[in-house]
Amino acid sequence: MTDLADSLATISQIDAGPKRKRLALVASKGTLDAAYPPLILATTAASLGWEVGIYFTFYGLDILHDDRYRNLKMASLANPAGPIRLPNFIGVIPGATAAATKVMKRWMKRSRMPDVAEFIEMAQGLDVTFFACATTMGVMGVEEGDLIAGCDIAGAAKFLDYAADADVQLFV
Amino acid sequence: MTQTNEVGDLEVADVLDTSGLLCPLPVYKAALSLKKLQPGEVLELICTDPGSLEDIPALARQRRDVLLAVDDQAGVQKFWIEKGENV
Repeated sequence: MTDLADSLATISQIDAGPKRKRLALVASKGTLDAAYPPLILATTAASLGWEVGIYFTFYGLDILHDDRYRNLKMASLANPAGPIRLPNFIGVIPGATAAATKVMKRWMKRSRMPDVAEFIEMAQGLDVTFFACATTMGVMGVEEGDLIAGCDIAGAAKFLDYAADADVQLFV
Repeated sequence: MTQTNEVGDLEVADVLDTSGLLCPLPVYKAALSLKKLQPGEVLELICTDPGSLEDIPALARQRRDVLLAVDDQAGVQKFWIEKGENV
């Protein structure tokens, strides 16, 4: 590189200021308890001034599904850390999932935590990008019109292209 | 940054009380309040979430605001944050 090009490159870096940080999250699970961590991390990172994108894939796509995101369930089977601390086999009894979901929702409300719908609204207000996995939509028969407004339908390559420039990448 | 409550003569542009709220709400609401301020203006932030003692300095560092002072007494933390130029 010539001296002139060298100094021009230095000047353009100064003008651009420090690069804005980026967080790329994968949300792969669609239970109530699994919906919170990516939404909490996304709204926090966006509050710090970061650019944030979440890739909703497989059951995680339910978090963007217009008919489903308000009714995500708390799994009581194979979840020994769930709100109802009973032997694991109790989880197969009809009503156990509904009861665990009710308890979890009560806990969150008592702690004055936003619900999933409110977190989605907060994230969208902070310009968090919601990537909807194109393959999951095809496999599970989900149409674009089934999703909440403002989703960016993306294949794995498009998301990885976004994540490659991220400072933090996390899989939930 | 000083561990003091000697900020009596500090001019505060806005006060935000997040008492009783847990992560991520104090950080989220503080960011919304800071967005409304002009660079150089000061937000007084009140928190009771124990995590805030580490979270609010992290918020200021990441947003490039200036944390002027912290006051931590009996589970109630007060932060004075001056909005930075680059946010």
